[in-house]
Amino acid sequence: MKENIRKVEATRERRLKETHPHLTDKERTVLLRKYHPDFVKEGMRELQVGPNKGERTPNELADLLEGNSWINPDKVNLSNIDYDVDVLVVGAGGAGASAALLAQENGAKVLLTTKLRLGDGNTVQAQAGTQAADRPNDSPAIHYLDTMGGGHFTNVPELVEVLVKDGPSAIKWLESLGVNWDKEPDGSLHELSAGGMSRRRIHSVRDRTGLEEMRVLRDEIKNRQIDYLEFSACVELILDDKGQVAGAILIDLETDKLTLVRAKAVVLATGGIGCLHIQGYPTTNYYGTTADGLVLAYRVGAEMIFLDSMQYHPTGVAYPMQMLGQLVTEKARTFGAQLVNIDGDQFVLHLGRRDLVTSVIIRECQEHGKGIKTPTGGVGVWLDTPMIDLIHGVGTTTRELTTVVRRFRRFKIDITKEPILVYPTLHYQNGGIKIDTNGATSVPGLFAVGECSGGTHGRNRLDGNSTLELFVFGRRAGRATAQYAKEVKLGTLTLDHVRQWQKLLGHLSKIRPVSPLLLPRLHRTTPDYSSVYSRGASGAS
Amino acid sequence: MGKPYQVPEGLTILAALEDAGYRLIRGCGCRSGFCGACATVYNLKNDPRLRFVLACQNTVEQDMCLVQIPFFPAAKAIYNLEEIEATGEQILALYPDLVSCSSCNLCTQSCPQSLDVMGYMSDALNGDIAAVAKKSFDCVMCGLCAVRCPQGLAPYNIALLCRRLYGRYLVPPAKHLEEQIAKIEAGAFDAELERLKRMDEAELRHLYAEREIEPF
Repeated sequence: MKENIRKVEATRERRLKETHPHLTDKERTVLLRKYHPDFVKEGMRELQVGPNKGERTPNELADLLEGNSWINPDKVNLSNIDYDVDVLVVGAGGAGASAALLAQENGAKVLLTTKLRLGDGNTVQAQAGTQAADRPNDSPAIHYLDTMGGGHFTNVPELVEVLVKDGPSAIKWLESLGVNWDKEPDGSLHELSAGGMSRRRIHSVRDRTGLEEMRVLRDEIKNRQIDYLEFSACVELILDDKGQVAGAILIDLETDKLTLVRAKAVVLATGGIGCLHIQGYPTTNYYGTTADGLVLAYRVGAEMIFLDSMQYHPTGVAYPMQMLGQLVTEKARTFGAQLVNIDGDQFVLHLGRRDLVTSVIIRECQEHGKGIKTPTGGVGVWLDTPMIDLIHGVGTTTRELTTVVRRFRRFKIDITKEPILVYPTLHYQNGGIKIDTNGATSVPGLFAVGECSGGTHGRNRLDGNSTLELFVFGRRAGRATAQYAKEVKLGTLTLDHVRQWQKLLGHLSKIRPVSPLLLPRLHRTTPDYSSVYSRGASGAS
Repeated sequence: MGKPYQVPEGLTILAALEDAGYRLIRGCGCRSGFCGACATVYNLKNDPRLRFVLACQNTVEQDMCLVQIPFFPAAKAIYNLEEIEATGEQILALYPDLVSCSSCNLCTQSCPQSLDVMGYMSDALNGDIAAVAKKSFDCVMCGLCAVRCPQGLAPYNIALLCRRLYGRYLVPPAKHLEEQIAKIEAGAFDAELERLKRMDEAELRHLYAEREIEPF
């Protein structure tokens, strides 16, 4: 590996002057179909039950969507309600926090619940930034076109329209809450570009954009004294006898105690699927990204969209092993770092669309055999980070990619002097629960926002549009649920949908897991030693 | 927490806990140093000096004796950002105990991000909000400084207040942003968006291919 670094250094000067050609439209289609993980046939199967029966989705997700409920309806007394609110928000990342804040602002009594801590989720670790078309040479229409093209023209037009039109006001909202956007001295926003974009419109806070956004939103939730529960996972929705969503059952992850919530509207903001490790890929995602919201929504009959479309980030860390799968921000490539193979050659335009770059890297390693083997048995290609300072001046990398520099330094690698090994990593769920422009799903009273929702990004999300989606749709759902809660009349609460679901599963219930998964199983487990008498004795299960 | 476990070399503290059989509920988050969930304190058999780290960022060492501190009670003032001022007096009004800071430097020593915590606490006392914002930028709010402060202060909350005040009041708002929002609200882009929404895929593809790309 160290030897190969010399080769990279040797070709660097030549490569500084080269530009790899863009791919043609035809090349793009062939590339995706042959190499992108979404097209690996054995990785997916058709759903056998539920609203999207017959559609393909990754096996790991199918297992959960077809999973059994945690709850035995006969053992739960729905008259023992612990919280009676207007709006219940499940998930407290960027989308959930935005929904909670706007719902309260619009008069709703809100309860926010999260299975980890307030603010935990993929948002806090988002590095690159948030798109919005607010420069004079840019417009929401151009942003619309970029987004549609990036999504292979499969995006739902009305959702994209809302995303791009509300973009600038989302940035303004965060600015007024005290988010420290990168700015010029006169206050104008310092904006960058990324793969698939035709204008510089990513707003960042160096490379800690998500952390800054969440630090502020978390603080604001506390300032407005919005009720929130932590380590309190949602395991089942509650309906009423009119088929409206009317609340949820929460489980305290530490005490197993149930909390019953009656709510006029429920907003699912449960985030992504990374911890399902689809096809065994490592992930950039936060602990607990186990598609919980999709399971909850699917079980009450909400339609999903683009369940077969996952985004793999091309540059996940391949070495060292302690950082496996973690995100190396696209910003590295925006600032000039090229992708280089074992021969020291560039093999792809470094700043292409994520799904394309992912496919090319996979092809380079699997078919052309030009990847570099890591000491821990993996494979990767070089991301030539020393180029950044060469192009933009000494100190650029440390200034613009502070966290990447810091994280690698902890493992004794100086990315300003050495290139790093990267390989695609599971990053984002492009699809999800189908929503309208207010985040409403096909089930009355149920809303979904953020990564767990689908349609806005089509089959491929652009960098910087995800965090935008959180604030745009989070705020819209906050307003919409506050209004909805004023109008709706709830009937008698029921868990009949669980009985119907278990019946629908039939024999599948014997071979499917309990879902939602809640937390991944990363710990080493002991082989089963329990006698039939020991069940429940020590409290271990 | 005092129990010995044999784990493979090279694992992070977090991965080592999982290798030992712990299924983490508290103390695990992004696994990449951003979220502060895995704050950990340890010492070594032959070196009782305490070290303060994020479990996902440090590798295990021989005879490491550790504990995770995923939560610690800390004071947080309740305020309305719109109704407060970006001044030293305002900071003291919200965090009056700040004056009891004795500059013992335990906070700086406990910061896994190597921030100059005592430095920014002293800046806060002097009302230098910009300096606090700059020095505390990389704070992941793990809470270890509050654990160690003998006066019961929560430096990370004071820093957050200062950063928000800085962003809201001490930096000029973006004018072009306000102008664009006004244009959007006046419907300046509605017609073009409508046209794009109605366009068939072939035409949209063509338009997309013909885009003028601003240089990065």
